[in-house]
Amino acid sequence: MRSIIYLVIGILFGIVLIKSEAASWFRVYEMFQFGSFHMYGIIGSAVVLGILSIQFLKKYNVKSFYGAPIHVVPKEKGIKRYVLGGIIFGFGWALAGACPGPMFVLLGAGYLPMVIVIASAILGTFLYGVLKNRLPH
Amino acid sequence: MDWILEPWPWYVSGPLLTLIMFLLIMTGKRFGMSSNLRTLCTICGAGKTSDFFRFDWKAQKWNLIVVLGVIIGGYLGSNFLSTDHAVQLNDAVVLDLKQKGIDSAGKAYMPHELFSDDILTDPKILSLLVIGGILVGFGARYAGGCTSGHAISGLSNLQIPSLIAVIGFFVGGLIMVHLIFPLIF
Repeated sequence: MRSIIYLVIGILFGIVLIKSEAASWFRVYEMFQFGSFHMYGIIGSAVVLGILSIQFLKKYNVKSFYGAPIHVVPKEKGIKRYVLGGIIFGFGWALAGACPGPMFVLLGAGYLPMVIVIASAILGTFLYGVLKNRLPH
Repeated sequence: MDWILEPWPWYVSGPLLTLIMFLLIMTGKRFGMSSNLRTLCTICGAGKTSDFFRFDWKAQKWNLIVVLGVIIGGYLGSNFLSTDHAVQLNDAVVLDLKQKGIDSAGKAYMPHELFSDDILTDPKILSLLVIGGILVGFGARYAGGCTSGHAISGLSNLQIPSLIAVIGFFVGGLIMVHLIFPLIF
């Protein structure tokens, strides 16, 4: 039953990514050219509403659908890893025009070369795991 | 119902992304796509090489199911919920892309020059996609999250690390598009 819920959430996410054009390489390029408000509007409105909903959940101690307390886990403290990792991610985001969600959406939409991007992203993750202890965090 | 077949405006799409994050929080999980790349490494046996990949991947099965849904959603959205796939871009951006040799700008969802099946035999484009993918995977794990985990979930939870990461995403993207693209295209 729970698996079906996650499947439905995933399907909804996939449809939103396609229909919002956030999965389009062109929209990502246009965003980095400051050519349109579209992507800023998507991320901005998602974040503003997200802040309000998380504040609401915390203020009223809302329980999950299954009755468990909700923990929104804070991110680990640090600076270097976020600056360096963030910039490296940004290079890839602009070059491949896809972040980890859109990669899978575009695969489903039938763009076969996405298999290469996904395999390379898995390889990139693997390389991080191997080099992790030698990188500044 | 014709609006469903049109591209969805930002003020519909953004709130729907919040809804997706909200639903995942309400099922006791969190919104983060790049974690799946780590899980896939573990399934492929990466735990033999690095303890970063030694964890119980079955606890992440729910997120792999989300990914499966995302793939299905991409298929449905593209094949049944869209009539015209062309992304209506800013005219100046279209012109700029055409000057870079990307003629499909304004006429397609994805640039044919980079994502049509023909590129599978083009060493230059193939290497760009491989490098792009590696950078996304490496950067996301180094930064501890991607667009969903930092830009949406992290910022929504007022996390300073996420703000730093998102600024990093933009700095990286701007350098790539403005300084490196002119050398490639």
